[in-house]
Amino acid sequence: MRTKLHTVAAASAAVVVLASCSSGDGGSGGTAASGELTGEGTGESCTIEAEVPIGAVLSLTGAAASYGESQQRGLELAAEELAETDGVTYDLTIEDDQTDPRQAITLFDQFVQEDVSLIIGPTLSNAAVQADPIAQDAGVPVLGISNTAAGVTDIGDYIFRNSLTEQAVIPQTVAAATEEFGLENVVVMYSNDDAFTESGYEAFAAALEEEGVEISETITFSKTDTDFRALLTQAQASDPDALVVSALIEAAVPLVTQAREMGIEVPIIGGNGFNNPQLMADAGEAAEGVVVGAAWNSSSDNPENQAFLAAYEEKYGAQPDQFAAQAYTGLKLVDRAVRANCAADHESIQQALGELEDVPTVLGEFSIDENRDAEHPAVVQVVEDGSFTVLQ
Amino acid sequence: MQQLLNGIFIGSIYALFAIGFTLVFGILDRLNLAHPAVFAASAFVGIELVERVGLSLWAALPIVFVVGALLGLVIERVAFRPLKGRADAHFAGLISSIALAGMLIAVLQWRYGPDTRRFPPGSFPDTRYEVAGAQVTLVQLVILAISLALMVGLTYMVTRTRLGRGMRAVAENPTAARVLGVNVDRITAVTFAISSALGAVAGVLFAINVNTAQLGMGSAIELKGLAVIIVGGMGSLPGALIGGLVLGLAEVFAVQYIGSSWRDVIAFGLLFIILLLRPQGLLGARKVREV
Repeated sequence: MRTKLHTVAAASAAVVVLASCSSGDGGSGGTAASGELTGEGTGESCTIEAEVPIGAVLSLTGAAASYGESQQRGLELAAEELAETDGVTYDLTIEDDQTDPRQAITLFDQFVQEDVSLIIGPTLSNAAVQADPIAQDAGVPVLGISNTAAGVTDIGDYIFRNSLTEQAVIPQTVAAATEEFGLENVVVMYSNDDAFTESGYEAFAAALEEEGVEISETITFSKTDTDFRALLTQAQASDPDALVVSALIEAAVPLVTQAREMGIEVPIIGGNGFNNPQLMADAGEAAEGVVVGAAWNSSSDNPENQAFLAAYEEKYGAQPDQFAAQAYTGLKLVDRAVRANCAADHESIQQALGELEDVPTVLGEFSIDENRDAEHPAVVQVVEDGSFTVLQ
Repeated sequence: MQQLLNGIFIGSIYALFAIGFTLVFGILDRLNLAHPAVFAASAFVGIELVERVGLSLWAALPIVFVVGALLGLVIERVAFRPLKGRADAHFAGLISSIALAGMLIAVLQWRYGPDTRRFPPGSFPDTRYEVAGAQVTLVQLVILAISLALMVGLTYMVTRTRLGRGMRAVAENPTAARVLGVNVDRITAVTFAISSALGAVAGVLFAINVNTAQLGMGSAIELKGLAVIIVGGMGSLPGALIGGLVLGLAEVFAVQYIGSSWRDVIAFGLLFIILLLRPQGLLGARKVREV
């Protein structure tokens, strides 16, 4: 009901804007509202009269709710900070897709109708694959803040993301681990009935070949498996320098626990599924020595990150995670893009987002590459004393 | 050696799950597909008792046992009893128990969310033994011991006690049993209660053994449990234990000698072969159905 009322309110607002928009405004975007979305000045001095409407589609309930909640906090913190700077104001509307791609499609439709300047989200890659084409067709820019699957930005030239893909993180992880531990032969284990872990496996296999590390055995399992003892015994037989595992956190915890219990003490290198505080909470001591690549280094001492950590702690009384950091960075990047041309119509934002280069952010020096994917240093972490620390 | 032990311990988990399953099936001729949901629910209840209430695992287990028994009574009352007079009671009960399982899982998800949980570290002694160069944990030994004890205890109960005689009478012919003064409804309810209580204990031990509990943990081994009761001989308690071990060993040796992707192909292929050679299962008696 809330959604419906919201639509009605937004639709009537659009009518008012439409009526008040005289033909002489001549904005570059050509849409009804965009005339008022062009301002004067550049960068910090940019001033735009109208509020810039931004829609965000997050999974606030359902299976991915824990991620969506972090993202909401990150976005709201960024919005609060942006509201304090002069010149450009944002009207951020966050809606819940209930972890359902169909609901994401509906919300994308709604935001396109409302003619928002940009859509942030959706939380999950599989929702992005289905909902992003709607924005692409309408020429509304989208900024993904957590989509890591391959192919999302191939949907079209209005689709961007600030979240590093597995394909970007895994080679850096493997390279760092190879150097650190002098890997020569490893055993690779992955669940072969899940698209995400399978594509993680492919990235691992390619990266290991690149580094000249031999894979002595490849062992598959199912994402619902919880007893890995037989598989681990098999892995142990080839005496590997490390276990390389592409699995979701549900399988990662028992796998890591059982490996240590069986006396396998070699490093365990995991994909993004391992990048979860639940690993240390649930596997406890067994998680020590697990190596995971990540897009965000919580302990990074760059000034943006330090300010973010302090502000987040103050507002929510909790530590942010990678999802909050990427969401926070996302809205800041949008602000940067809007101010670059001092315009918030679709074409200006699309063009400016594509030209972001070496922006200092919470995630490090950030650029958008030619495929509209994120480019910034990944951090390779290792679990030490119960928390992720940077693998030096 | 390690793989042999792995096989035995995986097998004893299957057996533990299947013993309760097969009890209802053997005596009442009903397939209770809410059993996997009880398995998951009990693990979550057990974790709640240890984590929130602060009970020790040993204090929590009897409570979980009772909760499991109560769930069994509910399952019998809601999913099976209303349908017992119908001509298609087997099939209708099967479906309604699936429906009840779905509701139970939905309630669990509402209460606990989708995340996996586990028993707090140290709730079970982390003792390990080395047997001929292979690692064995105390949990695994306890699971094996409990499976064996349950098999022996239940077999004794079914063959020697008054309750067991009633169960067998009901298994043979419910109508005749009723005529002879056996309280069929009571026997049925008690059978469900015992079955679910065993499933509940199995769920807790399973969650400790693999250090994780999730909503789908029951359905992940449901099919294996069904295979075990069929391989073992439907309704045969020693058969459930032997069937579990056969399946566990088959899986482990498939991993060892053929490849991990072929695990289920080999395990279930074995099921087909056993059924071809012994349609009644390893320890099952040939059933003669009157038409």
